[in-house]
Amino acid sequence: MASAPRPVDKPRPVYLNLFAIRQPIPAVVSILHRASGALLFLVGLPLGLWALQTSLASPEGYAGLGAFFTHPLVRFGVVILLWAYLHHLFAGVRHVLSDLHIGLDLVGARRTAAIALVLGILLTAAIGVKLW
Amino acid sequence: MVGPRLTTNAHYGLRDWLSQRVTAVVITLYTLLCVAIAFVAAPNGGLGYDGWRALFASNAFRVVTFLFLVAVYYHAWVGVRNILMDYVKPTGIRFVLQTLVICALVAYTGWGVQILWGMR
Repeated sequence: MASAPRPVDKPRPVYLNLFAIRQPIPAVVSILHRASGALLFLVGLPLGLWALQTSLASPEGYAGLGAFFTHPLVRFGVVILLWAYLHHLFAGVRHVLSDLHIGLDLVGARRTAAIALVLGILLTAAIGVKLW
Repeated sequence: MVGPRLTTNAHYGLRDWLSQRVTAVVITLYTLLCVAIAFVAAPNGGLGYDGWRALFASNAFRVVTFLFLVAVYYHAWVGVRNILMDYVKPTGIRFVLQTLVICALVAYTGWGVQILWGMR
């Protein structure tokens, strides 16, 4: 069967610069879920194991770790990792809710995405203030 | 439609989807346990070194922590492999990276056992 030329057969500009597109909030939560997971694997996991080992090894190690965590740059890193953990957790709970068909419509999906994003940031800020 | 099967792809099934959620539940429960311990210890000014040691001297807590770590490793494997499948297209490079991730996670497993059961 001969097909008539359709509009999509014509050469057209393909413009997919992700930074030039305003991403909807579920997309933001989704990419941050992925980025936070990568960060937790690459940095959080080895750092956590090292911290656990050092803190259990000796009273000096425990105290030294406490001193290490008072350095402003280290604190900044710990807050980032804490946020990564919490955001990943809340975005994951949102995934399970989606599996249960909760919040699948556009309004619901945007609402749960906003809740996950805000909860992660607020809880990180609360724990950060409490710790220091 | 499922395309040609690559050795470095996932297993096209329910298993990864389900294991990612089961491990997530284990991780969440352990997190809540640690939050509860922190809340109980907080009025006494936290655990301190002695309390921290005593917590990990308990064999039950060691086993629970080890279960948490294994859940984290399996969860990380499924997630990191998804990332590699999305962004690393050449099969050879993807295979090497996936092998490195597995090596790291197996090494972390040994490290975790050493930390939990090797403490003096």
